[in-house]
Amino acid sequence: MPTLNHFLVLSGLLFAIGTAGVFLRRNLITILLSIEIMLNAVNLTFVAVGRHLGTVDGQIITFFVMTVAAAEAAVGLAIVIQLFRLRESLNPDAFTSLKW
Amino acid sequence: MDLSLFYLFGALTVAASFFVIAQRNPMHSVILLIASFIGLAGLYVLLDAPFTAVTQIIVYAGAIMVLFLFVVMLLNAPREDPPVVDPRRPLLSAGPRRIGGVLSLVFLAEIVWAFSRVPTTAMNDAPGIGDRVSSVAAIGLEIFTTHTFAFEATSVLILVAMVGAVVLARKNL
Repeated sequence: MPTLNHFLVLSGLLFAIGTAGVFLRRNLITILLSIEIMLNAVNLTFVAVGRHLGTVDGQIITFFVMTVAAAEAAVGLAIVIQLFRLRESLNPDAFTSLKW
Repeated sequence: MDLSLFYLFGALTVAASFFVIAQRNPMHSVILLIASFIGLAGLYVLLDAPFTAVTQIIVYAGAIMVLFLFVVMLLNAPREDPPVVDPRRPLLSAGPRRIGGVLSLVFLAEIVWAFSRVPTTAMNDAPGIGDRVSSVAAIGLEIFTTHTFAFEATSVLILVAMVGAVVLARKNL
């Protein structure tokens, strides 16, 4: 039987992979995918700790996180489409007009 | 038995997530992320959360990833752009970008260090706990009684996101 620590370490690994994706990739879509990986790592923690405490609250929070992720993906992808129309590029470095 | 299943699904999830960020074609990234979500759904089943596992497959792998696939195909940009070479912006060149890699390694080390300090805790094995946690009826009861306000707020959020996506993706914004 895997212990609680197994699941925590696994979700920590997933979260680190997600942050590495945000730091390292130069593609807006891959960055959004990395954010999804991080959200899922946190979901795994919630479900594991909820199972350990014997309540369904972890699964309920996961449910809400999934809805927020769906909303975020819809709006984020709409923005990505609009940015691509503007510059014909998905490189985040191409959109620096607001940068000092 | 359970431990080997945990390692199977965990390895699938971590390997697929790693290759999501380790290769350049966004199409392959999306497909690999679907594989990673299937591994996560298996882990949820191991955690006595079949409802969450099914939601993970239907909502994440089914709906959200299809949305991503649509956009990847629509934009038709299979290659990542080469790095911007601009002498006026030295911070965008390849050297400072490696700081991002170092930063993520530091972050990984920090997380491993933090979790190594948590004392090993066996999963709670009280009798009946699995049945209580995996009950869809209990989840529905909690959502529609204790968390009614959050549920209604989520529906407003979805509506706002829907209108926002339609407005943002119009031809001439």
